[in-house]
Amino acid sequence: MKHFNLEAALDSDVAPLLKVRDVAKSFGAVAAVRGVSFGLYGGEAHALVGENGAGKSTIVKMLAGVHQPDAGAITIDGADVTLGGPAEAQAAGIAVIYQEPTLFPDLSVAENIFMGRQPRSRFGRIDHAAMKAATKRLFDRLGVRIDPDRPARGLSIADQQLVEIAKALSTDARILVMDEPTAALSGVEVERLFAVARTLCGQGAAVLFISHRFDEVFSLCQRVTVMRDGVWVATEPVADLTVDTLVRYMVGRDVSALYPKEDVEPGDVVLEVDGLSRHGVFERVGFSVRHGEIVALAGLVGAGRSEVVRAVFGIDRYDDGEVRVNGKRLPNGSPRAAMAAGIALVPEDRRQQGLVMELSIERNATLTRLGTLTRLGMLTGHGERNAAGDWAERLRVKYERLSDAVSTLSGGNQQKVVLAKWLATAPTVLIVDEPTRGIDVGTKAEVHRLLSGLAAQGVAVVMVSSELPEVLGMADRVLVMHEGRITAELDRDDATEEAVMFAATGEEAVA
Amino acid sequence: MKTGTTPVAAGQQATPAAEPGAGNGRTRFAQRLWVVREIGIAAALGLLVLVTAIDSPGFLSAPSIRDVLLGASILVILAVGQTVVIVSRNIDLSVGSVLGLVAFATGKLFLAAPGTPIVLAILAGIGLGAVCGAINGVLVAAARVPALVITLGMLYVYRGVDHLWAKGQQINAADMPASFLSMGTSTLLGIPVLALIALAVVLVAGTYLHSYRSGRELYAIGSEPSAARLSGIPVGRRVFGAFVVCGGMAGLAGALYAARYGTIDATVGTGLELEVVAAAVVGGVAIFGGSGSVYGAALGALLLTTIGTSLAVLRIDPFWQQAVVGGLILAAIGLDRLLALRVANRLKGRSSHGA
Ligand SMILES: Nc1ncnc2c1ncn2[C@@H]1O[C@H](COP(=O)(O)OP(=O)(O)OP(=O)(O)O)[C@@H](O)[C@H]1O
Ligand SMILES: [Mg+2]
Repeated sequence: MKHFNLEAALDSDVAPLLKVRDVAKSFGAVAAVRGVSFGLYGGEAHALVGENGAGKSTIVKMLAGVHQPDAGAITIDGADVTLGGPAEAQAAGIAVIYQEPTLFPDLSVAENIFMGRQPRSRFGRIDHAAMKAATKRLFDRLGVRIDPDRPARGLSIADQQLVEIAKALSTDARILVMDEPTAALSGVEVERLFAVARTLCGQGAAVLFISHRFDEVFSLCQRVTVMRDGVWVATEPVADLTVDTLVRYMVGRDVSALYPKEDVEPGDVVLEVDGLSRHGVFERVGFSVRHGEIVALAGLVGAGRSEVVRAVFGIDRYDDGEVRVNGKRLPNGSPRAAMAAGIALVPEDRRQQGLVMELSIERNATLTRLGTLTRLGMLTGHGERNAAGDWAERLRVKYERLSDAVSTLSGGNQQKVVLAKWLATAPTVLIVDEPTRGIDVGTKAEVHRLLSGLAAQGVAVVMVSSELPEVLGMADRVLVMHEGRITAELDRDDATEEAVMFAATGEEAVA
Repeated sequence: MKTGTTPVAAGQQATPAAEPGAGNGRTRFAQRLWVVREIGIAAALGLLVLVTAIDSPGFLSAPSIRDVLLGASILVILAVGQTVVIVSRNIDLSVGSVLGLVAFATGKLFLAAPGTPIVLAILAGIGLGAVCGAINGVLVAAARVPALVITLGMLYVYRGVDHLWAKGQQINAADMPASFLSMGTSTLLGIPVLALIALAVVLVAGTYLHSYRSGRELYAIGSEPSAARLSGIPVGRRVFGAFVVCGGMAGLAGALYAARYGTIDATVGTGLELEVVAAAVVGGVAIFGGSGSVYGAALGALLLTTIGTSLAVLRIDPFWQQAVVGGLILAAIGLDRLLALRVANRLKGRSSHGA
């Protein structure tokens, strides 16, 4: 594979494939982006980083033709272009993976990928067989197995993200823009995505990559552009950067130690899960959690971790086994009973199961809603409303007014609202599925401190996380799942990256 | 997740992993349900015919079947047009009024120019209907108001125009050429011409919605309008097109109505829109868009028409006919909810990752 030579590109007077020049965009009184410039060279993977609400997605949407810049210009191949809509951006060779999945739930996965570009045979008819075959090829490239014929409804977030990636790849674009494509993915899939992205770069395409995970930025990209509060801060080659300088650029200050788990003497067992099975999804899963303990469920995406915690909380039913809180058995499939017993679940799919997009931030933060499945909408008391506001403050949710619709928040800030809402319910057992997904470095540390603080107060915490450093830094005990079974239980001292990955992939995967 | 230091899969070739048998089976099951949905309506129809035929064997005679087909044809055509609009998460409540207007216009056309070729008269009817549909489409696209409200308004507007134009006048069979009227009742190889036209409409629309990009885009729009916009689908244009098609179908139905019944005044087609929507819903077209087929809608129309005839044959109080239709709609919606839940459950938690 040909490697992108940054110096050569910068020195020569080759025009960048794409240039963003002094663009600005405001939404009413909110100046989301103010005068940002950077260039993307063919063959380059370029990272765009910044805190939640820094304006990254707004840049993406301008490149996608969804928003038009209020000022400044976008240049492709040296010529100014107007991207009046997504179709025009596509025609200009730009493919975009949006931060929020944009799938059609009623249509098949294959159609989702090829919508508007379906392969055609005679008389302009869609060639359904060719479309399915092309989808299979894309999935093979990504090492994914999703049935092309199944409807997109009910796909896990990771699968949704993979379908989005396949969709973007299918366009053969010269400029690939990816807004947090890896947020729901774990190592294996990320590596495959990167392998594909590197191949594309080798073929002369440019990649704009957004992520809150620095290791990904450092492993994929050659240059980084940093934004803060809608303003351009720096564009530099990654080789000249360390994580610390990057963080300082982003946050404007030094960020304290990332994983400050306090040592807590664990109390009595609160939550016991015994032989829990759901046919074809997970099998004989058993563990217990004590007061003051943080237990992490590690593993690859699709290992069944989210499914287990959903079953524990009662959103899904299980076929066998039992769940006990303080020795008392919980009824199968009743989130109401789980809540009454003091369990709270921060779900994986926060946008769908945690937020009502049209409602205000305030209403959302006070609306303890058990997801679309149970539809148990209930407004909580005044005290709790204040509590949610306090949590939102501590999590640094960036908003204009509390009465604004949640849909106007940036992706990461939406996540924070959901987190705030559940933290405010003061649970005795807190289950969090991917607590820091999509959340920036500054706030990540804050989330970890909060979890640690809750544990110190005696809350039993179960944390599903695909981020190894988070697992290793936060957990008193690590349970590793592989294909629906717990394959290892590691104490804090035994939990190393190698040990966790070994158990997470099953023996044969380790070379 | 940190991957830089893990040995996993970094250099591993992406390989197609074997499909887990169970997962595959689940998906097939999910697909089959949609086929079953149409088979379900067909089965209900068959049962109804059987029960009626046992009571009065004459129900299965050729003339009686012909009557039912004839009666259903116009509703089928309307239901097809309505389906095209409904899958895009819209609705057209003005079709009854458009049918009435076009039927009257067709009569007027023959009064003014008795020599007009039949084909031309029908095309003119489709054209007028399409114009009405285009007006609906423009209004829906321009005003940020749900189609339900817009077309409810247009229902009265078109009806009003019809009344203004007719001024109480009634057009009779004598005012129209015999060849045109005979088309309304004649048969080809024993099948009513009207039914053949309806069948052709169903097949063309069915193929369009299933196998053409713009047809699929209508489903995409109905399934998730915001995602459709982000994918670069010309949402406004497609929805406009759907309303034009629906109007055109209402126009065709209006011209055929004139041929079939011969007597037209300004009240023709009043209240028909609800029957059309009912046919589509009973036929499994999701009222919030994104799924359903014209085949289902056509079967739904046929079922509703057959119920009317059957209950009459069985000498059951007409009141019950209304109640049965109402029950069917509720059953259809209930069934859809149930199936959706079952599918969701079956598809949930499938492992889909090679690792
Ligand atoms: N449609 C909108 N209406 C009003 N404000 C908006 C809208 N879209 C974005 N904003 C605001 O613009 C700012 C930048 O948002 P943006 O989504 O670009 O952030 P981001 O950098 O992508 O953050 P994250 O990492 O959380 O995804 C935020 O303050 C957000 O509230
Ligand atoms: Mg964003």
